Amino acid sequence: MPSVMIRVKENGALLFYIAKKDQEDEIAEVETDTEESWGGEVLLTDGSRYYVDPITPRPSFPTTLRFKRV
Amino acid sequence: MSTMTREETAALIQEVLEVYPESAREERAKHLTVNDQEVEQSKKCITSNRKSLPGVMTIRGCAYAGSKGVVWGPIKDMIHISHGPVGCGQYSRAGRRNYYVGTTGINTFGTMNFTSDFQEKDIVFGGDKKLSKIMTEIEQLFPLNKGITIQSECPIGLIGDDIEAVAKQAAKTLEKPVVPVRCEGFRGVSQSLGHHIANDAVRDWVLGNRDEDTSFVSTPYDVTILGDYNIGGDAWASRTLLEDMGLRVIAQWSGDGTLAEMENTPKAKLNLLHCYRSMNYISRHMEEKYGVPWMEYNFFGPTKIAESLRQIAAFFDETIQANAEKVIEKYQAEYQAVINKYRPRLEGKRVMLYVGGLRPRHIIGAYEDLGMEVVGTGYEFGHNDDYDRTIKEMGNATLIYDDVTGYEFEEFVKRVKPDLIGSGIKEKYIFQKMGIPFRQMHSWDYSGPYHGYDGFAIFARDMDMTLNNPCWSKVQAPWLKSEEAAEAAVAGA
Repeated sequence: MPSVMIRVKENGALLFYIAKKDQEDEIAEVETDTEESWGGEVLLTDGSRYYVDPITPRPSFPTTLRFKRV
Repeated sequence: MSTMTREETAALIQEVLEVYPESAREERAKHLTVNDQEVEQSKKCITSNRKSLPGVMTIRGCAYAGSKGVVWGPIKDMIHISHGPVGCGQYSRAGRRNYYVGTTGINTFGTMNFTSDFQEKDIVFGGDKKLSKIMTEIEQLFPLNKGITIQSECPIGLIGDDIEAVAKQAAKTLEKPVVPVRCEGFRGVSQSLGHHIANDAVRDWVLGNRDEDTSFVSTPYDVTILGDYNIGGDAWASRTLLEDMGLRVIAQWSGDGTLAEMENTPKAKLNLLHCYRSMNYISRHMEEKYGVPWMEYNFFGPTKIAESLRQIAAFFDETIQANAEKVIEKYQAEYQAVINKYRPRLEGKRVMLYVGGLRPRHIIGAYEDLGMEVVGTGYEFGHNDDYDRTIKEMGNATLIYDDVTGYEFEEFVKRVKPDLIGSGIKEKYIFQKMGIPFRQMHSWDYSGPYHGYDGFAIFARDMDMTLNNPCWSKVQAPWLKSEEAAEAAVAGA
């Protein structure tokens, strides 16, 4: 259950940052990404998948969330 | 040997590794690589931030060095107690040349060493009473201090002293911030964890202190300089450029910085981050908690400075953007003259670097501006995200080494034969005795500043001074020289 900070990158993409692992990856796909909620399964550009229960209302980034490895 | 091919470099790494026993060889192999710009993520080619192997000569520091020496130490109006035995504080005292303005011993304390000087009885009975007594004494002797930090040395964690409780008690009686920092040297694998611990201490004990205080009037052009430790005056050389652009620098972290500046930092509009490694943690925190964006910049060499100034200006309105262009133009004649003067003397020279957390990649641009080439680079304590940012800066097929051992570095140098090495004091004399020009790139070899346009002029002069120094041809004893060389010398004379 890594604690992940998500922030908006300069190019507009969301950056998935795990401080403990110094991992910085862009988010390629998010399962739920609407006006009201954000979350579900997340696919990173390096191919790994993480899950977080969809959050309502949609959080403002940057924010720190606890993800599960899929 | 001007350039090495990918295969040659890979073969060199294999050859150097051969001397190790099998398990050590496997471990070290992960830390050495040939740069490939195609690689997107460094974790595929290099492992970093791992414990150094017992038995090899590492050049790393400890968590205390990262906290007291780097992040907290330069805060000039606070007193930083090196809590524990006397050596850690005394041997690192003022060595980093973090310049500041103020009267030392009256309102600033940067170059002084405060220590609790642990003795056997303090280890046996605990040092908490001594610590609180010291803080009372400090308050009597140096009443103009703005706060105290307690920088733990190894024994504090080992004997389990409760410095947080002492700090809270002292903060009440002194009515000043007292910050306990749990940066015992044994924590983590290098000084890098010390940076993180220090950042967390700033977050927990300092950053929110003025959240309710609205007396500081901020403007839309407030920026801060994070991760610039004012070594030889670096932060000042950076600050003038930003102020020329019409921005207001409200805080310097932490070179020539004060406690009040730190507390007011969340009121800035943009945090400018120079040393990513040591202050990215607090920048990320401020972005999340206060919504202050941050960006990395690079003030080494005119190309990177111009690039950074434009990037910084892009955060602001058109006036600032126009000003940025004006600043670049204003200094153009100056830096062009520097390049014209030194480039012919330095063109084509090859450099190997091995420094701490940002310079292995940041300085590359400055060398390139002088027509030099960086053929090998590495970090003492960089993490994967540092290497991610390095791959693009370095040429293909160049050497990258993480936490390089003394032996490996020497062997690489013998084979790559660079014209100049930039590293620290521990490497300096080995390479100078090998007859290779050397600059200390941690402390600028007691020169500086190297940041900004003003710094670039000094940087170019220093590199020329070192590289083209006539002493390098005199390193070998005359009777050891080959006959032709001796004859040539006679003929020349």
